[in-house]
Amino acid sequence: MLRFLVRRTLGAAAVLLLISAFTFFLFFSIPQDPALLACGKNCTADAVALIHRNLGLDDPVPLQYAAFMTGIVTGREFAAGPCPAPCFGYSFANDRPVFETLADRFPTTASLTVGGAVVFLAVGLGAGMIAAARRGTATDKVVSSVSLVLSSMQIYFLGPVVLGVLVYGTGLLPSPSYVPLTEDPAGWFTGLLIPWCVMAVIFTANYTRMARSTLIEQLQEDHVRTARAKGMPGRTVFFRYAWRGSLIPIVTIFGMDLGSLFGGAMITEFTFGLAGLGRLAVDSVIDIDLPMIMGVMLFSSALILLCNIVVDAAYALIDPRVRLDAGSSA
Amino acid sequence: MSSPTEAAASVPSPLPPAPSPPPPPGPVTGRSPGRLMRRRFRRDRTGVVSACVVVLFFAVGLLAPVISWLYGKDPYTLYGQEQPGLLDPFGFPAGPLGGVSGEHWFGLEPGLGRDVFMQLVYGIRTSLLIALAVTVATTLTAIAVGVTAGYLGGRTDYWLGRLMDFLLGFPSQLFFVAFMPVVVALFVDPREETPTWIRVTALVLVLWFLGWTGLGRLLRGQVLALREREFVEAAKVSGASPWRIVRKELLPNLVTPVLVQFTYMLPGVVTAQAGLSYLGVGLVEPTPDWGRMFATAGEVYENDPAYLFFPGTAMVVFVVCFNLLGDSLRDAFDPRTGR
Repeated sequence: MLRFLVRRTLGAAAVLLLISAFTFFLFFSIPQDPALLACGKNCTADAVALIHRNLGLDDPVPLQYAAFMTGIVTGREFAAGPCPAPCFGYSFANDRPVFETLADRFPTTASLTVGGAVVFLAVGLGAGMIAAARRGTATDKVVSSVSLVLSSMQIYFLGPVVLGVLVYGTGLLPSPSYVPLTEDPAGWFTGLLIPWCVMAVIFTANYTRMARSTLIEQLQEDHVRTARAKGMPGRTVFFRYAWRGSLIPIVTIFGMDLGSLFGGAMITEFTFGLAGLGRLAVDSVIDIDLPMIMGVMLFSSALILLCNIVVDAAYALIDPRVRLDAGSSA
Repeated sequence: MSSPTEAAASVPSPLPPAPSPPPPPGPVTGRSPGRLMRRRFRRDRTGVVSACVVVLFFAVGLLAPVISWLYGKDPYTLYGQEQPGLLDPFGFPAGPLGGVSGEHWFGLEPGLGRDVFMQLVYGIRTSLLIALAVTVATTLTAIAVGVTAGYLGGRTDYWLGRLMDFLLGFPSQLFFVAFMPVVVALFVDPREETPTWIRVTALVLVLWFLGWTGLGRLLRGQVLALREREFVEAAKVSGASPWRIVRKELLPNLVTPVLVQFTYMLPGVVTAQAGLSYLGVGLVEPTPDWGRMFATAGEVYENDPAYLFFPGTAMVVFVVCFNLLGDSLRDAFDPRTGR
């Protein structure tokens, strides 16, 4: 297990390094002077030259990249001020260290992700189980067709509709907003309830369909039939044998979804006006705030890779047949 | 593609059907797998209906200029500002349901007062054109890489596999958003006006770059399995060149998964592209675009909900039908899956 974790972490670090190099070189090959962007309006030639010197923009790109990467580990010293250890540079847009902004925005995204995941896992898997247990009945057909329609919904369509009904129309819920959980738990909950549910609708359907199909497949397996033939109660067979067997594909997809959500649920945040990582990414792209884009990109990629590792490690817990140390990539 | 459970979950299509058996001689007329598939598909009513709807959408996109000519309007004219009385003093369409009338079937756009029906028709045209280009490019790349990796194996396979791992490690949505301006900037100076075709090309490139990996990996697995089959071995023994084996033995067996995945991929590309325009990094004014309609609709939703209704409903119908068509195709190709 330990060997597996070490190997996967090293692999992930290599991928991160590649992603960072790729992003860095592509961005700094834009035929546009980053100093002009950092300088903002009413900028003089002297100021541009100063920024050039301060940011080391006159160095060749590989040297700049090396400085950037060392900065992440050791921190850097800029004219604008010191930039402590995980240093992704200073934002062109708000003149703060990028990492500070990332750390500011992360709780919003994390709250959105965790709450949404709880809703879509509970509803999605529950509905899938019911449909699989009553395969072929009216319940199954209703669940299947509803989930098909819901999975074809888009957040940018459903979001405004739900807002219109629950906020503008009836005033049942306040406009979506984020308050830290530690400050006001009730406000945190009501403020994020709509985004959670809308986001969950899109994901739920996938989980329902997947849980249903894998469960149906598992219920036809030999060991399930044997357990049944030996007189084990249906409920026990369902949960202890079939359910456990169908977890692997679900965990796989869940890990991927969770990773990409932690990296910023762009459309959800945009639709509900929440200032999370996704919103930050979109804004920094529109402002061409290069250090910020680099920061968000690396941060999100790291989260995705982390989730993938956790998922692969979880396989071994779910399925004893999976031996992590032997296989090439589980 | 190791365990059966994994295969069923991540990929709707299982292994391809066995290579066509020779038609049995005698009075029983043989049916090729293709003909069997068409027969099964025609019996599937859901599949036929959704195929018709999908064809209708493509027809709308293709015939947009004809529709515009018959309907007598275009997506650029600011009808609401030219004719007084169509928009109220606040810029919202006068009349019920966002200004629906015999003149303007789906009403008018708030503010600018353009015709919603024409915007939607031309928006569908733009979106489908881009999605089709992306899906075709993606599929071709996936076939090329998947077959190369699977057939050659060894070191080639290893490095192509690592390349796919690397691309799959990218946060895809973030990548799309972040790289749109970069790709555009590679073509034109940011201070100049960007021509529409460059934006379209950039969108296609960005969506293609990460899009092919999933299918590529799937096809690699299929080729890996096919390579060991007797008919490939027979071809090898009888001295067929690798190119001939790929063309005559492998590719025909990949038609099924490719076609099914193509159908699942296309609506995904449409919604991803619409999402980019929604976030403001895709296509910009005045090019009519499905996704941008959602951005406008979101802004004015509180006062004019009807503007969201038409593009939203159209998109849900489109995606539902495409997914149903994909399911039906899969069932027709491989009756074992069942529902």
